[in-house]
Amino acid sequence: MKIVQIEKNVWAAGLKKLSETYRLFGPVKEDDFHNFKRLQQGQLPDLNCLNTRLSPKSIIYPQTEVMFEYSLDENQEDHHILKEINKDYSPQAVIGIRPCDAKAFALVRLNFDTAEYQDPYWLKAYEATTLVGLACESPCSSCFCTTAGCGPYHEEGLDLLLIDNGDQYWAKIITDKGDAFIAAAGWNDPLDAKATAQKIEAKRQAAEDKVCSKVNTDNLRGIETNDLYNAPFWEDVSFSCINCGTCTYVCPTCWCFDIQDENRGNRGCRMRNWDSCMYPLFTLHGSGHNPRDTKLHRVRQRFMHKLKYYVDKYDAGIQCVGCGRCVRLCPVNIDIRRVCELMNQYAASADACEVR
Amino acid sequence: MLSYIDKIKEISTRLIKECQVEMVIGYRKGTVPMMNEPHFARTAEAVENFVWDSNCGINLCNYLTNRGEKIGILAKGCDSRNIVTHIIENKIKRDQLVIIGVPCKGMIDKRKISAMFEQEIREVIEAEDRITVKGAGFEKVLNKTDVLQKNCAVCIHRNPVIYDELAGDLVEEQTDVDRYEDVREIEALSPPEKATYFQRLLEPCIRCYACRNACPLCYCPTCFTDESRPQWVGKGQDPSDVMTFHFLRAYHCAGRCTDCGACERSCPVGINMRVLTKKLEKDCLELFDWEAGLNPDVRPPLDTYRPNDPDGFIK
Repeated sequence: MKIVQIEKNVWAAGLKKLSETYRLFGPVKEDDFHNFKRLQQGQLPDLNCLNTRLSPKSIIYPQTEVMFEYSLDENQEDHHILKEINKDYSPQAVIGIRPCDAKAFALVRLNFDTAEYQDPYWLKAYEATTLVGLACESPCSSCFCTTAGCGPYHEEGLDLLLIDNGDQYWAKIITDKGDAFIAAAGWNDPLDAKATAQKIEAKRQAAEDKVCSKVNTDNLRGIETNDLYNAPFWEDVSFSCINCGTCTYVCPTCWCFDIQDENRGNRGCRMRNWDSCMYPLFTLHGSGHNPRDTKLHRVRQRFMHKLKYYVDKYDAGIQCVGCGRCVRLCPVNIDIRRVCELMNQYAASADACEVR
Repeated sequence: MLSYIDKIKEISTRLIKECQVEMVIGYRKGTVPMMNEPHFARTAEAVENFVWDSNCGINLCNYLTNRGEKIGILAKGCDSRNIVTHIIENKIKRDQLVIIGVPCKGMIDKRKISAMFEQEIREVIEAEDRITVKGAGFEKVLNKTDVLQKNCAVCIHRNPVIYDELAGDLVEEQTDVDRYEDVREIEALSPPEKATYFQRLLEPCIRCYACRNACPLCYCPTCFTDESRPQWVGKGQDPSDVMTFHFLRAYHCAGRCTDCGACERSCPVGINMRVLTKKLEKDCLELFDWEAGLNPDVRPPLDTYRPNDPDGFIK
């Protein structure tokens, strides 16, 4: 393990150097809130940001991504042939990503990179990306990372973890990508790894203690799927839902997309766009039948996917990193922590009543 | 306004116990500061979860569309006007409803208050006209009138226009407000300036449709944006598609919008899309002397022919 010290007075110079090798992204405040943006020459990421309004998932997985172009002009030899478009997969780095959002990339990889299928667009962008995390010293009251398989100093998915230590950052190098990033910046001030690791451990503990919100998930795996599906609380849970896509679009772990062809004149492109299980069109069949034609169906699907189907399929916890964005931004305040508790408790009570 | 809750609970319990309604639609306390959640009660016990404060901004009329049962519903001025519009548009029947009118002095602007502080707001306490905002290591008292939702600050129909019960005494209506200052500013821009203004206005949109879905007017079984055969609008982030969605939606609300503010309140990325509907509201007022949702017995201007129509083409 290698830990490097970065004096804050050389931070800007290092980033300037890095911008020669990497396309840099970082939290930038525009109007009232922060989002990850491509940093302009000389622009610094705002590392005082609590967290960004939207997750950084669009840096690797854009909301709209053109995959192919084609011509519809039958006078051309290559008409109606899909042609892959050139994209920029040169190295990029996301600076100041929170551990929850970095873990989310590791999580969605389970979907985009399987033994059977590899999503080339997601994977190429992912491989080109260095995730430079910033340990979280002030978790929000709506954050529940520590019980969602994550935490304010969690390293999974990160290449490098920055820890704010007043006048310096300590940079804990986690992967080769992280090592290359530090080298490119010219930061070369190694710390005693063992002693610093102990200090980091104490800071980690202090940060984790500040996470005041939690979810219980221990019973989810044991319950029969159909029992949970037919549980009586879904009407109550879904009543206030307006079926907008906010929860799914702000979520770092929601991965669904829809493919569209768009033509203009005699040229066209094939693109994919984020899609949302909250939308009626999401499951509309060609026949006109919609198996999820009520909001109760759709709300249940979202929570069952995150908190039951995923849990059963991957045996890797819940499909949530506890970033709290959906809790903070749901227009009607549907709270996944509350729903998770209902599901987990229902599982417990159903178990208790079972007579064999 | 805080004192309404006892009366709200009393009326709701009575309506349920006397079987006048099958459910009452109100709000329960939210899990994050400055949020309450729309909630229904079918039993007297469930009524105990109801709350009332300045975080009840979600328009409850949205939950009435095409329901078949008898319903009690809390209604601020704006909600009541949307209920009137729902009745006119046959989305609910008047005799299905017991409307519990809630005179309103405005809802607080969560977005505005959050933007006032760099740190996280952990608690917001309301005491009549004062709002105390607390976070780790800070506390600040705000005047409620300074932090009202923008639509509430210029509201001229705070009292419900239609009701069967009242949760409190009627409040004084505001008369000295300039409702359309922001619209006039945009009207004064040149066409290229307007284009830039609208591009910038809608640039953050992520097409979550929270504005549309929070709106009680947007009840089309299939919205034009969701039509797939044929498909009218692109699904991507092309600015022309994003604008098409917002502009068309606004036009669909012409003569119907009550400026309840649900759209802006719901937007996760802070878009002030109310300027679009307000322009149309202003036009309806100026051209037809029309304000939406004031009287269930009067047909709205856009589905009425009048020989004295101000536009020549229709005569």
